[in-house]
Amino acid sequence: MFDAPRSGLPALAGVGYKPQHYAQILADPGPVAWLEIHAENYMGAGGRPLAQLRALAARFPISVHGVGLSIGGEAPLDPDHLARLKHLLGWLQPASFSEHLAWSTHEGAFFNDLLPLPYTAATLTRVCRHIDQVQEALGRRMLLENPSTYLAFAETEMDEVAFLTEIARRTGCGLLLDVNNVHVSATNQQTGAHAYIDAFPLDRVAEIHLGGHQAETDDAGDALLIDSHDAEVADPVWALYAYTIAQGGARPTLIERDAEIPPWPELAAEAGQAAQILAAATAREVPA
Amino acid sequence: MSQHIKTLAIAGAVASALSAHLATPAAAAGKEKCYGVSLAGQNDCKAGAGTTCAGTSKVDYQGNAFKLVPAGTCTKMMLPGDRAGSLTELKRDIPA
Amino acid sequence: MNTQSAFRAAMLAPDAPVPAGLVAPHGRPAGRRFAIYRNNVAVSLTEALEATFPVLRALVGSEFFAAMAGVFLRAHPPQTPVLSRYGDAMPGFLEDFAPVAGLPYLPDVARLELALCATYHAADAAPVAPEALARIDPVAFLGARLTLAPALRLIRSDWPVATIWQAHQAASPTNAQSPAQSPAKGPEAALITRPAYDPHFHHLPAGGGAFVAALIAGQPLGQAAEAAPDGFDLGALLRLLLAEGAIIALTTGESP
Repeated sequence: MFDAPRSGLPALAGVGYKPQHYAQILADPGPVAWLEIHAENYMGAGGRPLAQLRALAARFPISVHGVGLSIGGEAPLDPDHLARLKHLLGWLQPASFSEHLAWSTHEGAFFNDLLPLPYTAATLTRVCRHIDQVQEALGRRMLLENPSTYLAFAETEMDEVAFLTEIARRTGCGLLLDVNNVHVSATNQQTGAHAYIDAFPLDRVAEIHLGGHQAETDDAGDALLIDSHDAEVADPVWALYAYTIAQGGARPTLIERDAEIPPWPELAAEAGQAAQILAAATAREVPA
Repeated sequence: MSQHIKTLAIAGAVASALSAHLATPAAAAGKEKCYGVSLAGQNDCKAGAGTTCAGTSKVDYQGNAFKLVPAGTCTKMMLPGDRAGSLTELKRDIPA
Repeated sequence: MNTQSAFRAAMLAPDAPVPAGLVAPHGRPAGRRFAIYRNNVAVSLTEALEATFPVLRALVGSEFFAAMAGVFLRAHPPQTPVLSRYGDAMPGFLEDFAPVAGLPYLPDVARLELALCATYHAADAAPVAPEALARIDPVAFLGARLTLAPALRLIRSDWPVATIWQAHQAASPTNAQSPAQSPAKGPEAALITRPAYDPHFHHLPAGGGAFVAALIAGQPLGQAAEAAPDGFDLGALLRLLLAEGAIIALTTGESP
């Protein structure tokens, strides 16, 4: 079983690793205590990507974040991709492995996007079966991340928190709580972000993500937020994060930036903002 | 050049290449210009911002529905066969 | 049709209606909310192709490339989630894509760019040790088969693709010759090596492509050299292979 909801990551701030920051991270990591990589970028046979990863792993705890396993897919999991993941996790021995509540591959084609799922009993059964299969194949507990969604399915019969809670209960997986995704989805679905956090099983949360988004409007003129990872974490998301930490305690927290990558000092400073919130929470938890 | 002389020439070239390399094994590597393909990873989990229209833009290609013609540096190069440089001539190749 | 098949079909067809059962708040139709997913797929895969094919993109122009990528990604969506491998179908696609029929060298430019990408991610391998080279006498070396590094790639073309590629590199020593100028006619060969982590590009002299191809095919060094034209500088190319760490093993005798 994989039911210990602990993470090998420290309850400190990390950032998504970008190769352009390699030298500066090693020279001056600042408040950054750990790094996250996208699994699919390290599935080549060799060369600089793997060499850099080996060097970084010697200095920092590494979180491997998959973006292509299609755990929500109607088709069976791709055994070749699962084998690639197993190989990567085998030699790297990362502190954590996480994936998304989404699908991205269907009928042999990979769409490079995190596509949405209807929250039904049938989907729940399928997702749990896939997570069991992943945890069995990898020999470790995984974390599952809540998605950003832009629309809903008429057939949905459970809310997302209940759906994730049940997945964690059935499979023993941990949860990765993306607080920006909570804000984005709550805005887009016109539900309450704080209510989502209040209902969320925070004791299952082994990692938190914070990223930037962009604002648009839908056909009716209603707010539509896009999980673009191309900007600083927005103020309402920082507030929701502080609320989450106050409710559930300090958790390993990642600053995600996948586009408009800023210079290292700026990204490190944003991690520092999360580190301050974490430090304050840790000080409350452990009185001097 | 007779086959024998050619074989001798090859042996000589091999011998001198080996001895030159063994004398200064790393020298030539430094001389080669590095073009430094600096490839960032291409997989990520972001969503494209601000352009809900891009995926719906009309880029279908069905027969001659594709209206664009190449308009980059290729238009300035004249190559063997030499239809390449001219957009006027290029249009000739598109099925009407 | 199941849900994800319908979703998939509508994502790839810009004109298709939004699949049934997708809704916005208050039960309104999903409308342009669905377009976000269409957009993400098209834009992210186009960006992946732009990263792999910068010279191809410069040759046809960014607007044409983006439109062509839209056609390509719908005909050839990625077969695996590892996007660094995406685009293997591009050379074949270009051969059949009528709007570029007047640019018959494009498929080989695409092959060259795919080779650079493959080199970057190829397995590491230690070059053959100097001591092993010092031990071998030149005559035995002539009979040896060379194992070349897994990162080595050879592109032979009926078109001057090496010159075309070099002309698009900002740091190229030949960049005084701008892309505006026309390359010499005739076939060319490019060799890509990776002594450390950066791919190195070499425009091979005439005869070099056939020689390296013979080595890759497993011919002994002497036999590969004899096929080369008179005046071909075997010593220079061999020194290049040695210096670039491109020879990782020598097999003497009859065993392959």
